[in-house]
Amino acid sequence: MALPEDDPATASAEAVAEAPLVEAPADTVAGEVVLRLTDVVKTFPGVRALDGVQLEVRAGEVHCLLGQNGAGKSTLIKVLSGVHQPDSGQVEWRGEPATFTNPQAAMKAGIATIYQELDLVEDLSVAENAFLGHEHRSFGFVRRGTMARHTRQILSRLGHGEIPPGRMVRSLPAAGKQIVSMARALSHEARLIIMDEPSAVLAHDEVGNLFRIIRELTAQGIAVIYISHRLEEIREIGDRVTVLKDGRTTAANLPARDTPTRDLVSRMTGRTIEYVFPDRPADDPAGADLLQVEGLTRAGEFADVSLSVRAGEIVGIAGLVGSGRSELLETIYGARLAEAGSVRMDGRVLRPGVGAAVRAGMGMAPEERKSQALLLGEPIYRNVTLATFGRYARLGFTDAAKERAEADRIAESLELRPRDVDRPVRTLSGGNQQKVVVGRWLLGGTKLLLLDEPTRGVDVGARAELYQVIRALAAQGVGVLLVSSEVPEVLGLADRVLVMREGRVVREAAAGELDENTVLDLVMAGSLMEGAPA
Amino acid sequence: MSDATPTPTATPERPQLPAQSPPVDPAETAVASGKAGSTGRLSWWRGDGGDGAKRNLGLIGVLAALIVVGAVTKPELYGDPNWVWNNVLAILQLASVVGVVTVGMTFVIIGGGIDLSVGAIVALAGVWCTTVATQEFGAGGMIFTALVVGICVGLVNGVLISYGKLVPFIATLAMLVAARGLAASISNKQTQVSSSTFINDIAARKVLGIPILVYILGAVVVAGWILLNRTTFGRRTIAVGGNPEAARLAGINVRRHTMFLYALSGLCCGIAAIMLTSQATSAQAAMANLYELDAIAAAIIGGTLLSGGRGTIVGSLLGVIIFATITNLFAINGLSIEAQNMVKGGIIVAAVLVQQFQYKSFTRLLARNRVTTAT
Repeated sequence: MALPEDDPATASAEAVAEAPLVEAPADTVAGEVVLRLTDVVKTFPGVRALDGVQLEVRAGEVHCLLGQNGAGKSTLIKVLSGVHQPDSGQVEWRGEPATFTNPQAAMKAGIATIYQELDLVEDLSVAENAFLGHEHRSFGFVRRGTMARHTRQILSRLGHGEIPPGRMVRSLPAAGKQIVSMARALSHEARLIIMDEPSAVLAHDEVGNLFRIIRELTAQGIAVIYISHRLEEIREIGDRVTVLKDGRTTAANLPARDTPTRDLVSRMTGRTIEYVFPDRPADDPAGADLLQVEGLTRAGEFADVSLSVRAGEIVGIAGLVGSGRSELLETIYGARLAEAGSVRMDGRVLRPGVGAAVRAGMGMAPEERKSQALLLGEPIYRNVTLATFGRYARLGFTDAAKERAEADRIAESLELRPRDVDRPVRTLSGGNQQKVVVGRWLLGGTKLLLLDEPTRGVDVGARAELYQVIRALAAQGVGVLLVSSEVPEVLGLADRVLVMREGRVVREAAAGELDENTVLDLVMAGSLMEGAPA
Repeated sequence: MSDATPTPTATPERPQLPAQSPPVDPAETAVASGKAGSTGRLSWWRGDGGDGAKRNLGLIGVLAALIVVGAVTKPELYGDPNWVWNNVLAILQLASVVGVVTVGMTFVIIGGGIDLSVGAIVALAGVWCTTVATQEFGAGGMIFTALVVGICVGLVNGVLISYGKLVPFIATLAMLVAARGLAASISNKQTQVSSSTFINDIAARKVLGIPILVYILGAVVVAGWILLNRTTFGRRTIAVGGNPEAARLAGINVRRHTMFLYALSGLCCGIAAIMLTSQATSAQAAMANLYELDAIAAAIIGGTLLSGGRGTIVGSLLGVIIFATITNLFAINGLSIEAQNMVKGGIIVAAVLVQQFQYKSFTRLLARNRVTTAT
């Protein structure tokens, strides 16, 4: 795809208008700067979230935003979509200074945002969601017919005419929901669509479809701000890249395809690191069997799974969402009741229940940080000591001072930012929240750590840190059982890999014996592509 | 897997991972305890939740406003310091029984539940401890009976909710009906007079000029505050109410703890039953009518989040006292109970509205100040 700004002179409004895939605003000129931010500053309690952001987005381009968690990407999105107002600096929208005092104002101006956690009303229909807040109506009655027709048009433009407008959003797969979000953006005749990690909720093959839609949108002169942690995606879909670090633009308008990875990463982190995994120790560090799972079964989730983890060993489980891997982890942890099979720690059969697992030395960082692991309104130190505060207590009386000191020690060793352990966890970025969850199990003698998608939504820099933490734990003799949908992560981090498909372990091998393609073949083989819209 | 990355343990500028067990390195312990000293002292006065303390200032403001209203409407009474002191004691005495119930209710609500059966439990415990058979065992037997009945009924609630997986609203609503029914059948719908002078003296006597009932309220409030803010029980309560799944996955026995919360509420009802029986020198199945509403309203006014995970004992106490002050205000002005109830309803709504507004702006203000101090 040619960069639209290559030759703005030839791209006329008429040229755009003759491609009717999407009703593009007629006055859009490809290559014209639609959005320009100059020195935008936004402060929050205790944080300078944006500290001089420059951004220039042109019509018809896919402009990628890169930055670590906490770099200010989310805040920037919220400023653009009218949720927050900048403290200073200038926002220029289509050549004129603009302030969006609320999300409706931004929508009206033509800026639509598709959030990571899709903000759809699950119990309304596709059409009702697409036109939520600006329903077709007459005399106070919603004109369902018109709306359905209009929705169908938009959906078929998006290449998904098969989604019935009357269907409840709840019943759609993640990819379908994302299409509905995009339909909503188009129903507003958006000129700029902001996509916050759109691929995070999608299976591999659905990402291709997403890219096709994005290309069609940009061909119509619509600008897209694309946020992703996956560099490969940025290479594939992006035109230009702006890099944020600590709320500041560290590089603007880099060519997405040709900028070396090393450069991008160094702009994000301020140091030159590669997306690499810590070395495996030269000699086999693994000790005695720590965890032994035999014939573990839960109908409909997984069947007859046997595995073992030795002290000091990292065992990775690769598999798609729905392959039963998260359920397996939760069952080992005692959070789900096994229907058959046994779980042994140190040779002893575990009684059911999380309490028994924790007492036996297990710890788990669950898949969903916010809903499964954190007390968002509580201070960091109380989250770090959530599993261990009882051990610092005397006769049932908690020792807040000791807890703070321990949490502070963890915060320091994990390089938690910011370090203030009295701050509510809510105010931390995703990567730092994950550190809090992992840090919880660094206290109090955890022998086996179960990690479910430890780096989901965590940026490259924080990822490398987490990998180091995990490897260092193993070096101290902790066994690690890791689940991830990212095959390179499993292969790069684990000593031994189990591949799961449809609830069964289909391959077990040392990590060195497998490569990414082999694992992907195993994972996908014979399975229907999940999540395809009906 | 490039050679560029050294193994983490060998990287010099990277702090070492913490040892798996608490540190034994003397230097590290010294740092930890030094830090602990400063933060430890801080935490004693602000332990009831930093934001909560600020919210409570608002409640004290409301209380002050009510006193001003009283002084304006009845200046001749408020001019007399003796009368004012006695009136304060009267208000506290009025607040004492509901106050004790509210402490238990606060725990239940912070833990993510609700207990509609508190009034009924008070009535059942009161009736049970004043039966002829129980009274034969003397005051000790009566108190023991009231407490055990309260705890047992609370446990039934707790078991139904945590192990029977009933919605708290339904389980305690059923208990509300059932416990009053049982109380009526035990008492044969009669008023049972307490013949124990020890029990009857609790409400009648003063120590150092302050009614014993007020001391009981004070003791329960202090115990509740310590339990919530200084014990593992309190921490579990906040965790269970704030995010039950996270609590469960951290190894907390959520069900058992939920059960204990309702038992605690029942225990508070048992204490309240003795206090109320003492006040009336009798007990009957209709006593403690609508206490559940007063207790829930006081907790909510006090800033306890209905969805769980946040709340303060001090706030709840202030909520109860505000309600008692309003009742007192109406009484000295000779207004009807009907008017009182209407105003109370309005005040519940107003208090929540004002507090939501106030809370937001307050945290924002607070946050802004912190920015300047942080940098």
